Amino acid sequence: MIKHLRSAADLDAPTAILILDTAAEMAALAGREVKKLPTLRGRTVVNLFYEDSTRTRISFEAAAKRLSADVINFSAKGSSVSKGESLKDTALTLQAMGADAVVIRHSASGAPHRLANWIDGSVVNAGDGTHEHPTQALLDAYTMRSRLGRLAGLNVVIVGDVLHSRVARSNVLLLSTLGAKVTLVGPPTLIPLDVAAALAPGTEVSYDLDAVLPTADVVMMLRVQTERMQDSFFPSAREYARRYGLDAARMHRLAEHAIVMHPGPMNRGMEITPAVADSPRSTIVEQVTNGVSVRMAVLYLLLGGK
Amino acid sequence: MAYPRADTTDKIILSGADLHRVVDRIAHQILEKTSGATGTVLLGIPTRGVPLARRLAARIHAFEGVDVPVGALDITLYRDDLRLHATRALGKTELPPGGIDGRRVILVDDVLFSGRTVRAALDALSDIGRPSSVQLAVLVDRGHRELPIRADYVGKNIPTARSESVRVALAETDDGTDEVRLTGGEK
Repeated sequence: MIKHLRSAADLDAPTAILILDTAAEMAALAGREVKKLPTLRGRTVVNLFYEDSTRTRISFEAAAKRLSADVINFSAKGSSVSKGESLKDTALTLQAMGADAVVIRHSASGAPHRLANWIDGSVVNAGDGTHEHPTQALLDAYTMRSRLGRLAGLNVVIVGDVLHSRVARSNVLLLSTLGAKVTLVGPPTLIPLDVAAALAPGTEVSYDLDAVLPTADVVMMLRVQTERMQDSFFPSAREYARRYGLDAARMHRLAEHAIVMHPGPMNRGMEITPAVADSPRSTIVEQVTNGVSVRMAVLYLLLGGK
Repeated sequence: MAYPRADTTDKIILSGADLHRVVDRIAHQILEKTSGATGTVLLGIPTRGVPLARRLAARIHAFEGVDVPVGALDITLYRDDLRLHATRALGKTELPPGGIDGRRVILVDDVLFSGRTVRAALDALSDIGRPSSVQLAVLVDRGHRELPIRADYVGKNIPTARSESVRVALAETDDGTDEVRLTGGEK
């Protein structure tokens, strides 16, 4: 097993499948009265969050606690970071405290890679800048597999702000490893063509959502990240919604079995309409539940052994 | 895991025919001790405990016509030696319909050694439900206990040296071979 999970590219197909299979066993725990395992008793997991996040932090916290690890939550706000402490000094402090794993979210792409050089424990990337978010890709793959029964050969359409999306990047890498075909769709300003090809050969790009919908097994809508848009990438929110938003009419053009995914949080009415988000095709709530199982699997596989 | 090839110094403890007789005997003992095996659930501990539990259930059915539910109980997440080895892949935990609450659970494993696996299984059981009682059936008891644990049904007691290994092969998991061998030790 690998020591760190910094990128979805760290995972080869057998390792990724091992994580998904382990997550399936972990999911059985949710149905039990005692939702706790003694597996990581005495281990310390630090959630090091430099960027705001509710869902991911709580998900990692729940996962670590269900495995009986001690959890320390560190948020940059109100910490010594606001006094100017560097990432390296924070890392050395965590190292001195004996953290067995550090789950890091940082606005700088590559922060988890740097961190892994400074500490002995495992590093899990919980989102770094516009780079990657590997556990999100794993939980997405888990959700697709549990809804559709397979991953190999699936047609996955990822729609929206691919340029700023770490979720998209990790998904392209992982899904290609697992044999799915990915098509990126969005305004030309938000799809780095060369990067799409460099990430995983075989990844296709389209600027016309309506053209790719009928053959899609999975449509993954990305959040329009207004906080990362320094320039104007598209004329107006209304135009974006009209061309690349998923509404009921577009949803009805999907194949019978196709599912709709969204990593959350959603801008309802922009990239996805409430009717679609709340429809039985949407897996948005399931994705959150599966997130805990997948993160339990990752923590177990990184920390469970020697 | 592939079943290792026989070494010339290996000793066969149970041949295929012996192994079948031993399973039959345990099935009879279970019927006797549990007054017909009603309200009983057999839980096999992966890997080889699971096919053993299935075989016991089949024999009990053949002898008395009683259907005993069979399940699997993976204990990996409850082991106390996780840190000492590389990470293990999880096995399957599958409880029979109706669960284990209020039933007599018989844990089934191939080899009883230190007793740590059984300890982990007892912890796992208490997280899953509340059986009325728990018993233990093993194919081989090789001794060297590290915990105060004893089996209710033993197929064969094999005195061993710590340096020796007991290798159980079952047709379901080991390419059609049914036997128990003693390997290693002083040569």
